[in-house]
Amino acid sequence: MSDDLITVDLVDLDLAASNRRDAVRSLGERLAKQGRVTDLETFLADVEAREQQMATGLDGGIGIPHCRSAAVTAPSLAFGRSAEGVDFGAPDGPARLIFLIAAPEHGDTAHMTVLAALARRLVRRDFTDTLLTADDPAAVAQYIHEEVAS
Amino acid sequence: MKFVAITACPTGIAHTYLAAESLEQAARAAGDEITVETQGSAGSTPLSAEDIAAADAVILAADVGVQGRERFAGKAVVEATVKQAINDTGALLRRAREAAAAHERTGAPDPTAAGPDLSSKVTQGAGFGTQLRQWLMTGVSYVIPFVAAGGLLIALSFALGGYQVTDAPKATEHFDPASLMSWAALSLQIGKASFSFLVPVLAGFIGFAMADRPAIAPGFVGGAAAVAVGAGFLGGLVAGLLAGAVVAALRKINVPRAVAGIMPVVVLPLLGSAVVGVLMFIVVGAPIAAATNALTAWLGGLSGANAALLGALLGAMIAFDMGGPVNKVAYTFAVGGLTTGATTSLEIMAAVMAAGMVPPLALALAATVRRSLFTPAERENARAAWLLGASFITEGAIPFAAGDPLRVIPSIMFGSAVTGALSVLAGATLRAPHGGVFVLPLTGHPLPYLIVIVVGTVVTAGVVLLAKQIGQGSRQRAAAPDAATEAVPATTR
Repeated sequence: MSDDLITVDLVDLDLAASNRRDAVRSLGERLAKQGRVTDLETFLADVEAREQQMATGLDGGIGIPHCRSAAVTAPSLAFGRSAEGVDFGAPDGPARLIFLIAAPEHGDTAHMTVLAALARRLVRRDFTDTLLTADDPAAVAQYIHEEVAS
Repeated sequence: MKFVAITACPTGIAHTYLAAESLEQAARAAGDEITVETQGSAGSTPLSAEDIAAADAVILAADVGVQGRERFAGKAVVEATVKQAINDTGALLRRAREAAAAHERTGAPDPTAAGPDLSSKVTQGAGFGTQLRQWLMTGVSYVIPFVAAGGLLIALSFALGGYQVTDAPKATEHFDPASLMSWAALSLQIGKASFSFLVPVLAGFIGFAMADRPAIAPGFVGGAAAVAVGAGFLGGLVAGLLAGAVVAALRKINVPRAVAGIMPVVVLPLLGSAVVGVLMFIVVGAPIAAATNALTAWLGGLSGANAALLGALLGAMIAFDMGGPVNKVAYTFAVGGLTTGATTSLEIMAAVMAAGMVPPLALALAATVRRSLFTPAERENARAAWLLGASFITEGAIPFAAGDPLRVIPSIMFGSAVTGALSVLAGATLRAPHGGVFVLPLTGHPLPYLIVIVVGTVVTAGVVLLAKQIGQGSRQRAAAPDAATEAVPATTR
């Protein structure tokens, strides 16, 4: 298992899911396959619980389903891009960029800073534009890795 | 414009930072300055006192309770959800600008601000000695009004009703508007009600200075416990320091974000009060009760001793804790002797009263002749202390002693010991258990007695001033924390 926030296996540039739950499940499975999520169903329930509190869709076609969960072993990001868009409840329409952010229940602050850095990138135009036009999963993982590390 | 902002969301991993970034970007684009404290899972760098002081408005973008709201008391504050800060950043900044302008026009706090402005005299980054003194002085500054109000009312009751006022029926049992004695008794009751707050207020605001509002309740509770176990104002100092330390330690514990919002209003006061209360009743209370009994027994065995030495000993005890357990033992011993009517006993009573009058008088004198060695709050207290001392209300010296116990208490103990001995040597006698100058006509040898009190006051003031200069060179600024806080805004504002 890698210490990186994201690896190439956690990037899906052709996310097929048409609704929110399927999109999250699809990305969650990638996290589970890497051992970053120990119990997929618990994790998905935690994400859904967070989603019920307040929709995580952001203006500009972005969805950021996320949670803190006991089923998460390390701060992780799974990234999916959807051609048709998936509704995450943003006022301006469905999300094309979906960031599934997984945080361990009791992460120490040092670990969590990487998620803070990621969140800050999400409101930067150049960051999302790059992800919209990228065509290589490995390059995407590398790009996100470098952005949040800087 | 300059803004400070706090962002906080329930999970603390995404929207907190999205909102912070959005605010920073929008402010930069509009040519404004903003500093954001992100209260999220990645820890937060607290806003500096300078940033808060310089800010025209405060933006709180939060879906959970904001920690440390009290820092923004008196400033223009706008509140929003994190969503609004992310999706509608421009509108939020506009609201902040309007609030700042309205605040500027009226000069009044925004009604959404966190409430009345309590200030403490604590400057960040000072050494421990300086901080300790600032904690104590914060407590003292809140106690002084209670000392002044209560003390002057009690003095008034003696002036109106003489020393028998304490035997008059309580106003709740019998109140005759035409009777001067009724008014005197009422005044005494109100004054005593004010005095009952001395120790709790002292402890509460020492705690406040150390660990902010959540420590106020544990401090008050600890102070009340100190009163209940008869630990006096020294017990109050201990309770206040305990409350501050306990709450400060509890605040360091990382709690789930869902709980963080209720920490300052529920969890910290509850745990803090419980811990401080247990310590005060069990750890502090029992030894004090034992020591009080031992002291009483020991004094009883000294009855045949040299009267002047006994006067000196009792004088020192009276000045030690001003209303605390040691003071009470000495006072009770003296009052107990009145029933015998023996000359020695009446001499002892006179010695004890003189020794109790001297500390407030001497500190008032010291603060008048060498103003620079006292804080503005202490100089204010000096005005009331004159009358309190003259009325044998030794508590008038508590604000001075609580703010600088190690210098003041030994000094006034020495001065009161001298006064007690001189009083016995002068042969002064007294049949009333209290009353100060108002019972002067009832004393035997009133003129020598008055001279003894004046001499004692001057001697004590001299010793206090000497002690105040010990180790003060480098700490001159610490002796005047009020001046320091004007230059550097207190962090708790």
